[in-house]
Order: sequence, then structure tokens, then C-alpha cells
Amino acid sequence: MQAIQLQWIDYTILIAYVAFVIGIGWTLARYMKTSSDFLTSARSIPTWVTGLAFISANLGALELVGMAASGAKYGISTAHFYWVGAIPAMIFLAVFMMPFYYGSKARSVPEYLKMRFDERVRALNSVAFAVMTIFASGISMNALAKLLHALLGWDYNVALWVCSGVVLLYVLKGGLTSAIYTEVLQFFMIVLGFAPVVYLGLKDVGGWHSMTHSLQTVATNPAALYLKDAGTTYAPNAWTSAWQPVLAGPANNPMGVDWFAMIFGLGFVLSFGYWCTNFLVVQRAMAAKNMTAARNTPLVAAVPKMFFPFLVIVPGMIAAALCTMPDKGYRIPPAIVSEAAYAKAVDAVKNVNLLTDVARVQAVHDAVGKNIDSEKIANLIAANAKDKLTDTQIKQGIYNSIAENDYDGVILSLVKKYCPPGLLGLALTALLASFMSGMAGNVTAFNTVFTYDLYQAYFAKGKSDHHYFITGKVITVVGIILSIGAAYFASMYNNCMDIIQLVFGFVNAPLFATFLLGMFWKRTTGTGAFLGLFGGIGCSALFHALTSVGSNLDATGHVINSMKGGYLHVAHVFPSEMAQNFWLAAFAFIACFALTAVISLATTSQKSDADLKGLVYSLTPKIVDNNIPVYQRPAVVGIVLLIVCVILNLIFW
Amino acid sequence: MGLDIRWPIGLMFTLIGALLAVFGLVKGAESVSLGININLIWGAVLLVFGVLMLLGAAKGGKTPPAA
Repeated sequence: MQAIQLQWIDYTILIAYVAFVIGIGWTLARYMKTSSDFLTSARSIPTWVTGLAFISANLGALELVGMAASGAKYGISTAHFYWVGAIPAMIFLAVFMMPFYYGSKARSVPEYLKMRFDERVRALNSVAFAVMTIFASGISMNALAKLLHALLGWDYNVALWVCSGVVLLYVLKGGLTSAIYTEVLQFFMIVLGFAPVVYLGLKDVGGWHSMTHSLQTVATNPAALYLKDAGTTYAPNAWTSAWQPVLAGPANNPMGVDWFAMIFGLGFVLSFGYWCTNFLVVQRAMAAKNMTAARNTPLVAAVPKMFFPFLVIVPGMIAAALCTMPDKGYRIPPAIVSEAAYAKAVDAVKNVNLLTDVARVQAVHDAVGKNIDSEKIANLIAANAKDKLTDTQIKQGIYNSIAENDYDGVILSLVKKYCPPGLLGLALTALLASFMSGMAGNVTAFNTVFTYDLYQAYFAKGKSDHHYFITGKVITVVGIILSIGAAYFASMYNNCMDIIQLVFGFVNAPLFATFLLGMFWKRTTGTGAFLGLFGGIGCSALFHALTSVGSNLDATGHVINSMKGGYLHVAHVFPSEMAQNFWLAAFAFIACFALTAVISLATTSQKSDADLKGLVYSLTPKIVDNNIPVYQRPAVVGIVLLIVCVILNLIFW
Repeated sequence: MGLDIRWPIGLMFTLIGALLAVFGLVKGAESVSLGININLIWGAVLLVFGVLMLLGAAKGGKTPPAA
């Protein structure tokens, strides 16, 4: 990608944002007196703030980039990650689960597990969570530094350390409150920074109807945009209808997913597992000032979440539609090729020593090192032979002939296309903001879990609060340094990072079964939960070892890349990795659920009914909402939101 | 907690909005995308948003209405 030249106005906007987030941290510093102020915001923040922070903590930059990518790859079906994969779970968290998290006075999700079950379950959950947040933060920072390097020509190391330094400055000063406040700032930055890009994009493709019309062309021949292999075709509505292609079966939608995997795997297991148990998001609700505020936090968050597809997925769809309009001169950015490789490829096009076109096309292919559209290259060579093209023209021709897409570049290619100086600074600041607040979110969740669930629980019990306050600050610094380490690790050992993420997928898949049984069945025992979790994790790993995806098998049926499963034996072949992932989650959940239930029945609980009061549904007095206005009652708001969500699904059926 | 978040949000967007709008006015030619002066228009939108936030903060004291 060509580097973008930023002007003074863009830098001014960027610097203004950084100055404000640091300013917030410093202003809050004087309120930070106890470990609870620093690590849990002393439960004092109003609902709309925790609600927007809740959604913002999840809306990392990788999601912004990834959703636009999926919008181009799969079209409106990507919205299932919101309407199926988030909203129902957020409402469930608000109505049913928040009373236990908030009412138990637990300071973290692992601490709730300790209260409900025992130390073993807490230790397993907190260690896994702590390691995971550091890696998540590192992966995101690595992506940021690489992006700033590619886009603005900044040095990778400088970008990484400066951005981390800014995060450290404000989190160390203002703790969780700082992170939450800047997440709200980031929320508005993202919405206001990307809305004009969506508007301009839609205007350029000629409006919504013109876009969906173009996407019908895409659906009937996705190979023209290098979205799928040649010969793959879908019904015209594959990119523009959310449900019909999914209901028509995995061969009829670009995701390659069936409806059961979509609803049970994504909509239930993965979605509830993330939104209802991940401390990174739940921590925001736990910082609310009272029970009603805590329960309403995910509901406030659900409102913008429901409409985010129009902000983050539609740009991808615009990009795909633009490609079908030759006069726009746009293509989805091709796989990244170095300048040196381009230079070699240009030479290959001009090389008169190669006698046949076939030899020249092969030479271009070798130089670029990616799949290329042989026909387009042959035309380019012919055009150059006819009337000498300039090197820039040849390079452009090669760029257009690379038959692989860099989907992650979609959103930035649109920003670059539509934003003049000024607006460009705003959009880039929004992106940078979401990277930094992503790191801040991870670090504030990490320091709480580490301080309370690992340090206080196992290393230094019964110290003064001041001791834990200082520990929390030290751990914040450690967390940032570890994140930077993880970023370097990700940049150097990409494959190891894939394995780590795969393993965390295994660990997370069964988690919701433990919470569901724990919260709603008082008979669930600590031993049942602990062994059930291990069983579920084992089942995920086994499932992955026994299944694979079609594209990962060579002609003889052998597995090409064992990262995509099937390294023990290929018992089942899925049409896509997404389908494999959803089914894996479904199996892991069922295994964990069954094992936990059976082992619980076979063991006796160490906890009496009195111990479990406030932790289990049947033993907790029901919350009476009569004293609050109807529009603030979680059950009422939840039902309204569900109805709106169903309507959205029907509109895009 | 002490600080009403609407102050910094309001201040920041007022500042950035004003900056963008002025840039759009002064450097009209550089600010055009698809035939519209997007910096001026969007700067004005941000400015209005920022001022509304500031008004809310000034009026609401320390407790926002939704709380």
C-alpha cells in the first residue's frame, strides 16, 4: 500500500485526541486513593458511560478492520455476528446474569467462580484469562505498529512504544475509570470518524439500491473479484440477504455455514460464552454505580451494537460493489507485495528475451509470488508490446492482476479514497483510538484479575489495601511491558501466535456451560465444574484434530495445514473454517455441560445453600423492579430490544 | 467519579469540529470529496455535537440524566 502523506491538520487532530486522553487520566488521578478506585472504579460510574464503554471495549480496531473485510467477503450475512452473535447474549447478561455478578460483590469474574465453586475453578479461569488478555493486547498492538509503518511510514518500534506509552500514561494515572472514560471518547471518535466514509462511499456507488444491485452481480460471479475460486456461483441475493442464503445450506452462502451452526454454535455457545463470561466486557458493567445501572449497562450497549453493521460492515459491501463499476477504478486491495517484487515483475513484463507470453506470465508470477490472473497479465504484456507503457502503468496493471485480496486493507483503502486532509486525520485518529483503548481495556482487566485473583489469592493474602493499590499500579506497568513483548512475539513468530489463538479457542468454547450450570442449578459442584471444563477443552482439541475443511485437503485427501485441523484423522470435512469453528464450539459446550452435570451428581457439594445465596438463581431473592420507572426495567428494555433486533433480521431476511 | 465525561468529549469535539470547519472554509479546494466540501460540513456536525455535550455537562452538573 502506498504511504499516505498526512498534513499538519491531520497531525493536529491526532495530537488533540492524545492530549485529551492523557488529560483525562491526569484529572482522574486525584480520585485514585484505594485499590478499589484504581481497579474497579469503586462502582461509581453512570449507566450510559459504562454502557458505551462496554461496547467500545469490544469494538477493537481488529474488529473494525475485520468486519469491513467480512462485509466484502460475505456481504450482509456478516451482521449475524451482531444480531445473532451479540444482542441476545447481551440481553441475557443484563436480565439474568448481572444480578449474580454485581450482587455477589465479586470484583472479577474469576472471583465469582471462586465464590460459586472453589479455588481450582478460579485458578484455571484467571490464569487462562490473564495470559489471553496479554496476547490479545500484543496481537492488536503488533497490528497497529505494522499499520502505522505501512500507512504513514513510521518506524515499527517507535510506533509500538509511543502508543503503548500513551496508554500507560493514562491508565497508570486514572486506572479503570480512565480506561472506561477514554473508551467512551473512542466510541464517539469511531462513530463520527467513520460515518462520513460510509456516507461518501454510498454516495459514490449511487445509493443503497445501486449497491445491492451491483452485489447481485458479485454473487453470481464472485471469482471476478477473486472472492472465490473460478466456477463458484451463488444466488443473486447471497451478498444482500442475511438469512435466505444461510437457510439454503452451506453450499449456497459465501460463509459456508449451515443454520444450526449459525444459531447454536455462534448465536448460543460462542456469543454467550464471550459476552456473558469475558471479564473484559463484564468488568465495565461491574463498575456501574448500582444494581439497576449494572443491569442496564449491556442494554445501553445493545442499542448502538445493533446498528454497528451499517458502520462497519457496509463499507466492505461498498468496496465489493465499487469493484463491479469499471469507471470507479477501484479494486479490493490485492495481497501485499513489496516494492522490490513489483520492480522485478515490471521488468518481467518488459523482458524481450523471454520469447513466449507463457514464459513472461510465469516470470511475472515468480516475481510477485502470489496467484495472478494470467489472462490480465497476458493482455498487459500485449498492450506494452503494442505501445510502450510507462513503468507506473505496468505496475498498476500488475496490481490489478493479483488474484488474491488483502481484505484487511478494505477499510483503509476507502478512507484513503474518500477522505481529504482533515477528515483523513479524523478517521485515522478513530482507528488509532480503537487500538489504544483496546490495549487499555485488556490491561485494566489484566491488572484486576492478576492483583485480586492471583496475587492476593495465592501470593500475598491479607495485606493492607495500600499494598494492593501499589501492586495494581505495578502490574499495570508489567501488563503493558508484557503486551509489548507479545507484540514482538506476534511479529516474529506468526505461526506460534496462530497456535496460541487456536488453543484459546479451545479453552473458551466450553466456558459458558460452566456458568450456565453454576448459576441456574445449585447441585453443580466445584469438582464437576473443574473436571467438566477440562473435559470440554479436551473435546474441543479432539474435535479439531478429527475434522478439517475442504480447502485444506489435497487431491489425495491428505491434510495440508494441520493448523486447520484433521491431523489425527479426517472424520468430517466442513465447507469452511467458520463452520468448523461454530460446530467445534457446539460440541465443546455439550461435552462440558454433560460432564459437569454427571460429575456434579456423583460428587457432593462443599457449599451449603446459605453459602450459595446470591450466587445461584433459585437461592437468590428475585429483584423487584417496581420502584424504578418502566423504561429502566431490564426485562422490559430487553424485550423491546429483542423485538427491534428481530425486525432488523426480517428487513434483511 | 468526580469528572463528568461530557466535559472532555464536548471540548474535544468542539475543538476538532471548529478546526475542520475552518480548514474547509479556508482550503475549500483541498477539502472536496465527490463534489462536496466534506470538511466544512462534517466539521460543523462535530461542532454542534461538541457544543451539545458541553451544554449537557453545564446543565446537568455532575450527574448525567440517564443515570
